[in-house]
Amino acid sequence: MACVTHLIRALRISEQVMNMDEKILEIENLAVEYRTDDGVVKAVNGLDLTLEKGGTLGLVGETGAGKTTTALSIMRLLPDPQGVITSGSIKFAGKDILSMSKSELRKVRGKHISMVFQDPMTSLNPILTVGDQIAEAIRLHEKISHADAAVRAQSMLERVGIPANRYSEYPHQFSGGMKQRVVIAIALACNPQLLIADEPTTALDVTIQAQVLALMNNLKHDFKTSMIIITHDLGVVAEMCDRVAILYCGEIVEYGSLEDIFERPEHPYTKGLFSSIPDLDTKVPRLTPIPGLAPDPSKLPEGCKFANRCSMRMPECVKADPPVVNLDNLHRVKCLLARGKDAKRHATLG
Amino acid sequence: MLPLVETKDLKKYFRVPDGWLHAVDGINISIDAGMTLGIVGESGCGKSTLGRLLLQLLEPTDGIIRFQQKDVSSPNKGQLKELRKDMQMIFQDPYSSLNPRMTVAEIISEPMRRYRLYKGAELRERVVNLMNTVGLEQRLENSYPHELDGGRRQRIGIARALALEPKFVVCDEPVSALDVSIQAQILNLMMDLQEEYGLTYMFITHDLSVVKHISDEIAVMYLGQIVEQSPADRLFEQPRHPYSQALLSAIPRPKIRKEQQRIILKGEISSPINPTPGCRFAPRCIHAVDACRTQNQELIEVDQGHFVACQRYDEI
Repeated sequence: MACVTHLIRALRISEQVMNMDEKILEIENLAVEYRTDDGVVKAVNGLDLTLEKGGTLGLVGETGAGKTTTALSIMRLLPDPQGVITSGSIKFAGKDILSMSKSELRKVRGKHISMVFQDPMTSLNPILTVGDQIAEAIRLHEKISHADAAVRAQSMLERVGIPANRYSEYPHQFSGGMKQRVVIAIALACNPQLLIADEPTTALDVTIQAQVLALMNNLKHDFKTSMIIITHDLGVVAEMCDRVAILYCGEIVEYGSLEDIFERPEHPYTKGLFSSIPDLDTKVPRLTPIPGLAPDPSKLPEGCKFANRCSMRMPECVKADPPVVNLDNLHRVKCLLARGKDAKRHATLG
Repeated sequence: MLPLVETKDLKKYFRVPDGWLHAVDGINISIDAGMTLGIVGESGCGKSTLGRLLLQLLEPTDGIIRFQQKDVSSPNKGQLKELRKDMQMIFQDPYSSLNPRMTVAEIISEPMRRYRLYKGAELRERVVNLMNTVGLEQRLENSYPHELDGGRRQRIGIARALALEPKFVVCDEPVSALDVSIQAQILNLMMDLQEEYGLTYMFITHDLSVVKHISDEIAVMYLGQIVEQSPADRLFEQPRHPYSQALLSAIPRPKIRKEQQRIILKGEISSPINPTPGCRFAPRCIHAVDACRTQNQELIEVDQGHFVACQRYDEI
């Protein structure tokens, strides 16, 4: 049995390696602002991100870091007219999403890119049966009879571990964990290339969360869906993702493989996040929180946006925006301290 | 040491259309002064109801609550007013537990005004002191809750709870709504306050890493009953109840692990309405035998201070 699991794992890794070059999503220099009565809120500021086909990216950050805004920009679902994409480009499978017309977008959403929202209690229609809601998603994108769509919807229900005979029940008859599985079934009904899950398990209890995460991992394997998982829970990231982007004030402050971020974090904010969570395996008398608060997104400071909370702050930090330093192919950090490391590495190499 | 708070066979049933909902069903706990008892469990296990019973916010259906060795199960109005001074609560949601029409200073001073403890300059000084204690800048005293972030609002809730110098504080998911970096700030503050004022906490949460960090002792609840109770570290080293084992193994850990052994529970929590006899976890338990489905399980002391409600604890 163990050797079979090893084989499967080896196959998965080789698949990933094979698909590495093919990019499903490329975001360049994305900037989004919300124009409100109280002023302009800069939610995303120059974000660069790519996702390889079949990969799973974790988007980590605290409230207001711009995680959900990034996801809504990819789906072109920003609130209109407040949410405005002021610069940058988003390419999905080579096509420019930002220049698509409304009808083109409707064909992409739900078919090629799907989204699972945080709260399963409010993302289902209370007056339609769960089966009809899945069938509706299929019929919107495929020329298929009602009967055939119902059959497909039933098999999707089974796929997410809900007996097909519950097709005609309404959302209120399901528990939170089952509703979230219905939402996942809707999202995957048209076999999308990219699934964006915004805090998919935050509203669920931990034993139910374990069920849903196991399900998503299986589906990822079976359907070869690329995923973006938005979360504030580093535990969920460790379990699901192979790439991680740490967001702070609408910028990626650190990006890398799961190992880069968890074993070799470089940015003081990333390190601060890890030391803020109580560890189950070791006992510490006190936690080491990140002092202070994130700056107001309508009045972002000059220079590094984390500087006011950073224990490693230097006078230069507040003068100019720190550059992004590539530590290796993947691992990049937006911090002046990393510049030294990069230089040292080049010195030893050279 | 004598316990500060104690319950004996405490029960709370709610009348619902289909019968009786057994929210809290025979709970025995005792918390020593200056200690923290963590209560963990999933939604609907009765942990918040238990906290509210202890604070007399709900009237028990049956059972006894003792505070400082006095029976306080059904106090009259005067006794209740005295009791409330010693027992306070910090709520989960700092967005809805503060009156939006009151300023920070008004919210914090309200308990002291209600009990006519201080007035005028003395009251103001006391508010400023409390704000200092919980780390709120004095310039915020005339701000309204909506102008502040979640962490600051939770600090207001803590200052308000401390205003009457209570002995016992029930904390119902006090950090669940906060970001991790802010969560750590509030947890540190709560531990400092405990040390400084000798507070006794009951800490209700579903977050197992938080509860391990802050508690001396932990009780695991399932459908209105305690299934396991033990010193905090011991529970994590050696959980004995199948539910605790599944719960602990289900936590996603922020570490890269090559192999993970996870017990994935089948099914969902069964209904707490008119429960049948037998272990309430039996329908989801991989170790359940026929006897589990018919006999109620009592808490058995398996080790010093470590109690488990499972008849098969030594076989599994």
